[in-house]
Amino acid sequence: MKRQVPVIITFIVGAVLIVSVFFPPAERLGENFSVFFDIIAVFAFFLGGGNLIRIHGNKIYRRQKDWAFSAVTLTGFIVMLAAGLFKIANPNGITGDVAATGSLFQTLYYNIFYPLGSTMYALLAFYVASASYRAFRAKNKEATILLIAAFIILLGRTPLGVYATGWVPESFSLLQIPNLAIWIMSSPNLAGQRAIMIGIALGVISMSLRLILGVERTYLGVDNE
Amino acid sequence: MKQDLLLFGALIVIVAMIFLLVPKPIVFSTTVSYLIIGLILLALIFIFIRTINGHFVGRRIVFLFVGIAVVLPFFMKIHQPIRVSPEVQTVYDSTAQLKPGSKVLVSFDYDPASAPELQPMAESYFRLCLEHDLKIIIMGLWPQGPQQAELALQIALADSSIVKKKLERGIDYVDLGFQTGNEFVIQRMGTDFRTMFPRDTRGIPYDSIPLLRDVRNFSNIDYSFNLSAGYPGTVEWIQVAVDRYGLKLGAGNTGVQATGMYPYLRAGQLKGLLGGLSGAAEFERATGKEGTATFYMLPQSFSHVIVIAFILIGNAAFFLGEKNKARKEQK
Repeated sequence: MKRQVPVIITFIVGAVLIVSVFFPPAERLGENFSVFFDIIAVFAFFLGGGNLIRIHGNKIYRRQKDWAFSAVTLTGFIVMLAAGLFKIANPNGITGDVAATGSLFQTLYYNIFYPLGSTMYALLAFYVASASYRAFRAKNKEATILLIAAFIILLGRTPLGVYATGWVPESFSLLQIPNLAIWIMSSPNLAGQRAIMIGIALGVISMSLRLILGVERTYLGVDNE
Repeated sequence: MKQDLLLFGALIVIVAMIFLLVPKPIVFSTTVSYLIIGLILLALIFIFIRTINGHFVGRRIVFLFVGIAVVLPFFMKIHQPIRVSPEVQTVYDSTAQLKPGSKVLVSFDYDPASAPELQPMAESYFRLCLEHDLKIIIMGLWPQGPQQAELALQIALADSSIVKKKLERGIDYVDLGFQTGNEFVIQRMGTDFRTMFPRDTRGIPYDSIPLLRDVRNFSNIDYSFNLSAGYPGTVEWIQVAVDRYGLKLGAGNTGVQATGMYPYLRAGQLKGLLGGLSGAAEFERATGKEGTATFYMLPQSFSHVIVIAFILIGNAAFFLGEKNKARKEQK
């Protein structure tokens, strides 16, 4: 029973959502089912918040390694939550827009969250450069082609590409680096991407069918029978 | 951790001192800029020669060079030629050719982490729409999206050509905010926008907003522009809104994501694409108003050259190592 009920629910939901795409009268039913997704998502927010407090609270309580970072995480979480929930310093009061100009939530968002988020992403530049230096090697023919394509894209995506091959006559314009970069993106890259997409789509279809028909049961925490 | 905190504190003090002591932004002259570029190139050649002689550089040196390549160009003023690619031109044409009063749906599906690439696109796109008297409907499938939209909107509204128009919220533009549910939100919007966005971000009911009076679903939208940094994003908009409801969609994606959009572009499902910072700079060139993306292209050019240089140095080191190994084996 513990296994059969979730399998039946999965079958009904999956079947309805598929039928709603191909059978117009069932479209409304499919949309109503999708509302359940919103309801589940709301609970996921609570679960996520609760989990964050539990894990970092434990770390602080036990004075584990780097507990001070957990304290910063929890403080940030609680302050942002309070600023958003109670709309602190909101010029329009509790009924106003949560991100109204002048509100504490907006001030924290633009002055702390925004630059911190951008900084985290910017760190990628350093790691990409370091990883390319250590790992990007012309070991064989395929790797060399990949390396040349990478150089063309790197140069073609900046004004340097225009500088470097601006002298190439218009009749040979394909040899200009920006045009070569466009060709790489819209021909070899496109072919590769399409192949990957079709492969993924076929995988998704087969996996969905396995789930709907109850063949795949690992999501229930049990091995396939 | 104490060391980290000390370093962090020292950095804050240095930044604060620069902020307080330097009265106006520093800008290098063209000669100084080229001199710095020359010095960086000389340093790279020096590292290359050292590598050939068997002295390999550590990753800290790579980090240092990337740091220099990203920071110093912010103080330089060098004109750069930017060529508008066909996919960027399509976004511009699709929007600029709309009749005044046409409704444009702009979805913000990203967070501050992707803002350096996507925010300049949002600012230019809003400016273009408002200049052409198009009506903008803003929404977001990412929680932080609508706030990024507000930031871009304020910059576009402050433009001298837009201020004159005296535009009003609710009449010329509206922010519907964030809605959870990923692609299911798009699916339900195909039938009725109101079910997903009963109120705008100011709490005004959907039916009381003049701009939305005749907007029921995607059939009332003339063009849509999606700014995306992942899931849910452009792929979901194409699969649901374009394929099922026939929405005309253009997109602005992060550089990493843009490569995956070319199949949709070639198939005609996507009407134009701005890919990464270079796409944003090209769009600024197309609109005729240079902004932050054009300014950021110089650090991007520098960092790309540094990456290429270090890949070449790394390969030199690799081949040298292989050669030495072969020589030892021969002996």
